[in-house]
Amino acid sequence: MAASNMTASDAKPGRLRWLVVAIPMIWLLIFFLIPFFNVLKISFSNRARAMPPYKPVLDDLASLFDKIQQFTTANYWQLVSDAKYWQSYVSSVQIALVSTVLILLVAYPIAYGMARAPRRWRTTLVMLVILPFWTSFLIRVYAWIGILSDEGLLNQLLMHLGIIDQPLRILTTYWAVYIGIVYSYLPFMVLPLYATLEKLDETLLEAAEDLGCPPGQAFWKITFPLSLPGVIAGCFLVFIPITGEFVIPDLLGGSGTMMIGKTLWYEFFNNRNWPLASAVAVVLLLILVVPIVIFQNQQQKQAEKSR
Amino acid sequence: MRRGPSWFNVTSVALGFAFLYLPILLLVIYSFNESKLVTVWTGFSTRWYSALLSDQAMLDAAWITLRVAFLSATIATLIGTLAAITLVRFGRFLGRTLFSGMIYAPLVMPDVITGLSLLLLFVSLDLDRGFWTVILAHVTLTMCFVAVVVQSRLVTFDRSLEEAALDLGAPPVKTFFLITLPLILPGVIAGWMLAFTLSLDDLVIASFTTGPGATTLPMKIFSQVKFGVTPEVNAISTILIAVVAVGVIAASLVTKRREVERQKAERLALQG
Repeated sequence: MAASNMTASDAKPGRLRWLVVAIPMIWLLIFFLIPFFNVLKISFSNRARAMPPYKPVLDDLASLFDKIQQFTTANYWQLVSDAKYWQSYVSSVQIALVSTVLILLVAYPIAYGMARAPRRWRTTLVMLVILPFWTSFLIRVYAWIGILSDEGLLNQLLMHLGIIDQPLRILTTYWAVYIGIVYSYLPFMVLPLYATLEKLDETLLEAAEDLGCPPGQAFWKITFPLSLPGVIAGCFLVFIPITGEFVIPDLLGGSGTMMIGKTLWYEFFNNRNWPLASAVAVVLLLILVVPIVIFQNQQQKQAEKSR
Repeated sequence: MRRGPSWFNVTSVALGFAFLYLPILLLVIYSFNESKLVTVWTGFSTRWYSALLSDQAMLDAAWITLRVAFLSATIATLIGTLAAITLVRFGRFLGRTLFSGMIYAPLVMPDVITGLSLLLLFVSLDLDRGFWTVILAHVTLTMCFVAVVVQSRLVTFDRSLEEAALDLGAPPVKTFFLITLPLILPGVIAGWMLAFTLSLDDLVIASFTTGPGATTLPMKIFSQVKFGVTPEVNAISTILIAVVAVGVIAASLVTKRREVERQKAERLALQG
């Protein structure tokens, strides 16, 4: 493989080859990597009632000494001392962990059933999972408001059936947040699971069966371990963005639910405290950096394996 | 798989799809509701669609969103395809880990972080925020999705065709446009479509990076939803869902037909 890589790339003219790497590399450095350092810088600045609403730090080396006095860790102290902030982090991570498990439990039987479906149906089934994933996230979350609200369709149905006689309060509770998250992120878990389950060698299961292994045991000893790459990929794919989720807790959770993405949003747009919002983002990134690095390595390994 | 699906398999797939589609279906049905109350059905009506057509602010937002999505998806496809070629073809080079890290991280990065960091960059650079800053932000996010989609097409690609062209004396650039690009085109098109819908859909990053005069459709929908569920939002949602569904289904049918034709041609070539 390495040899054939060499021949093709040697044949490319040097300057063009350099451009192919440089354009995406420079774009991502400017618009993805460098902005994080900028956020870090601003998170140490004081709030100013001006536009932009922060006092610049370290912009001019000549007046460095003056500026250093404006350097402050107050924003981080506020994150630690004010329960509102650290509780948001705890509750976000907790919600992300619980919903990742829930999504896995819901997605696994679906992906398993899809992998078992007759071959000619499979493309259509995959298509049907991808389709909601392509339709607007915002709209799919919005659809649940009409279902879960006090006079919503679910309460109407339950009251009509005589199961309850008072409408259940679901919207603006954590229940609604969980339902919204499981619903929105389900395709992200089904697809990687299906990809590994579909490739599973059926003869292994047949061998186990022939040797007298009951189907339940065969599942835990063969199918599940072999599907682990898909499980892990799916879990990271949903856990990381859920931790920073804003739209779902904001629209379905109301004011009673706490998640850090929402806290950051309100700090930025409503309180206009940019330095504090930056500090919130820096800490969130620190929480997520380990899962993100694991996810990157896994993706890279996967890409290398398929070559 | 030789063994057929059990009743458990069939039930879980059926329930799963019901869960995925029921909310969307209800949303579409209630967009044709006559009542102003979204959850009480009073009769069939298309009044909310006509209300939509006379809502100039909503139409303006839709037009801005379509332009942003078209331009950002096109730029993202160009850069993302280059990134995919780098990932698959360039082997190891200095900064490769950084490069692939920067491609994969935005896929899972929470929107609030990406949005805030891009906004602070634009403010530091003193760029006027609006239409173009949203495009820059969307290109950054969606090029990574394009790179991953094109990459998966590139790895399953038969290198010997390219090598044959090079051996026969075709210059590398010509080889790329005559051989490589047509073969990876389905991936490039899928990448463009994904970038387009991601841009069409984005609320958080656009809210951070936009400025006066560039309110996108998701931002408009979001602010309306904050006031409460309105049938008009159901109507615009239905239109968006229909556009995406038709686009995705048409694209998949075209790719499927092309794939069948290609296989047929290959078989004929082998027999001949």
